[in-house]
Amino acid sequence: MPLIEAFRSALSAITANALRSGLTMLGIVIGVAAVIAMVAIGSGARNLVDQQIRSLGANLAVITPGNVTQGGARLGAGAASTLTDEDALAIKREIEGVTAAAPFVRGQAQVVQGAQNWSTGVFAIDEDWFVAREWSVAQGREFDPDEIRRGEIVVLLGQTVARNLFGDEDPVDKTVRVRNVPFRVIGVMAPKGQSAFGQDQDDAIFVPLDAGRRRVIGRNYAKDRSVGSVFVKFEREEDIAPGIQRIEALLRQRHRLGADQENDFATRNLTEIANTAAASANTLSWLLAAVAAVSLMVGGIGIMNIMLVSVTERTREIGLRLAVGARPRDILGQFLIEATTLATLGGAVGVAIGVGAAYAVANMAGWPSLVSPEAIAVAVLFSGLVGVFFGFYPARRAAALDPIEALRRE
Amino acid sequence: MALIEIRDLARAYELDSGRVVALDGVSLDIDEGDMVAVMGPSGSGKSTLMNLLGCLDRPTGGLYRLAGVPVETLDKDGLAALRNRRIGFVFQQFNLLPRTDALGNVELPMIYAGVDRRTRREKALRALARVGLSERAHHRPTQLSGGQQQRVAIARALVNDPSLLLADEPTGALDSRTALEILALFQELNREGVTLVLVTHDADVGRHARRVVRFRDGRIVEDRRQEPLDARVALEAMTRETAA
Ligand SMILES: Nc1ncnc2c1ncn2[C@@H]1O[C@H](COP(=O)(O)OP(=O)(O)OP(=O)(O)O)[C@@H](O)[C@H]1O
Ligand SMILES: [Mg+2]
Repeated sequence: MPLIEAFRSALSAITANALRSGLTMLGIVIGVAAVIAMVAIGSGARNLVDQQIRSLGANLAVITPGNVTQGGARLGAGAASTLTDEDALAIKREIEGVTAAAPFVRGQAQVVQGAQNWSTGVFAIDEDWFVAREWSVAQGREFDPDEIRRGEIVVLLGQTVARNLFGDEDPVDKTVRVRNVPFRVIGVMAPKGQSAFGQDQDDAIFVPLDAGRRRVIGRNYAKDRSVGSVFVKFEREEDIAPGIQRIEALLRQRHRLGADQENDFATRNLTEIANTAAASANTLSWLLAAVAAVSLMVGGIGIMNIMLVSVTERTREIGLRLAVGARPRDILGQFLIEATTLATLGGAVGVAIGVGAAYAVANMAGWPSLVSPEAIAVAVLFSGLVGVFFGFYPARRAAALDPIEALRRE
Repeated sequence: MALIEIRDLARAYELDSGRVVALDGVSLDIDEGDMVAVMGPSGSGKSTLMNLLGCLDRPTGGLYRLAGVPVETLDKDGLAALRNRRIGFVFQQFNLLPRTDALGNVELPMIYAGVDRRTRREKALRALARVGLSERAHHRPTQLSGGQQQRVAIARALVNDPSLLLADEPTGALDSRTALEILALFQELNREGVTLVLVTHDADVGRHARRVVRFRDGRIVEDRRQEPLDARVALEAMTRETAA
């Protein structure tokens, strides 16, 4: 029997029992929807990690000042910073595999230009910042080491700040006032976009470390040479973990911590954090994969069940087809195609639902939606295979029927 | 040459309760163009013979040649092809596909013959015209009377131009007038050259055949030729009666 005829007959059998067919497809629908959602969520998470690494800089660790114990009393984190730019220098000098150690202090300030003013984040940085964050200028130039060393009163604007204060004008060599101090604009940073946490990273200004500490961000930092955090960039990903251990030893030594004292700083492997996020997304993916496998299985058994019922109900039809010249393999093909059509239809509905779910999840998680055409093709193909696999036994039973017995059946 | 040659044909069923011999060594030749009524009491083996003639069943003994082909030598696919091209079946219960219209039902044997769609449609329409159902081509079985359904079944049986038309109690489910109409159609087809074997309980039906073969206990007990009654004449008489 030509395929098209078998297919037409399958569709007519399926639509004749629309409700039953629909219920039978349910397992496949859920399974395929789960597969699609799984793949979308999995690749969404992977993308998120990529994006995080790309926007933060690859192979990055961050060191933050931590618990300071003074005479047994534990002060809150950041009460007085225990981390200095000298620590950063030491790390860069002494730890193998470190390509940059960028100390910085973060604050908030009002930036004024003529009649415009804009409240934004202030980063007091040194020249390693550009290396660690893999972030350079779009216009003008970066700080030179002398400007950093002397703490000159110059500033780099983030894209958002530049746009809000200057519009279409070129801000380079103009002056902005921060805390009433006139800073000369020497450049505009390249656009960076949103951080993994949804902040606009271009809504910031950057000043030399000492200029920031002394003039903008507050006395706490100006007294000593303390900094808010240090970004440490490693050459290779596998350098990070041993590097962090060595940094901890180095800092303990520099901070003169006794063996019984806790670290007065904290280290975090940002690549690892990103990977952890990916891992938990992966767990969700596996969960969905399990749901998918189970419901495809259940769906397959449902199809087998309904096909067995269908074969029994249509025994006379089978007998008649055999009598007018169908070969056993024609009957086999007909019922296989019917099961496969049923499963594939279920797969198609599942794809629709899965795509919807993927978009919903992506929307909630703030990821780009990542429904791949390959995943859709694989899901539909797979549901078809489920149909073939579970349809085979009923189809075999149909094909093995004796024409006389079949014709005699009521 | 005889279209059908059977020699000592036997069919026995092995049951737990013992051996049932449904057909007990039957020899019979049927010529091309003949119209044979197979008669006999219930359980005498008529349907068993028809199933063997139609290649739906295999004998437990004896020989059967259809148009010179020794059927014993064929495998399942060979039998299917033989049924498809050489044999048309008409059943007491019509056996039409319920969800398919008349045209689709008539096309069915041609689907398995691998006939293309256009030719299939043309031949099915011609077959429906031949049984007088052109205007009912797109009706489903449930939208047709019993007689009309049987005509569709006959059109289906004829559509591949078989050498042999087998009908097991074709009028069993019809009233006497409709039965006469079907018989008239059979006689017409027979005059056009179709070989017909039909099973019936009904002596009146048997009177329309050229030859009557009577069975009892799986054996032929009578085989005679006769001058058949013309079903059309009886129909006209019936019409006159109702009009009067
Ligand atoms: N599948 C079977 N298994 C066992 N015995 C069978 C089977 N089919 C037929 N028989 C037996 O074979 C014998 C002949 O049956 P068959 O159906 O040929 O009779 P028949 O002449 O067609 O009768 P009827 O006029 O009632 O249709 C019967 O005794 C029946 O019980
Ligand atoms: Mg019978």
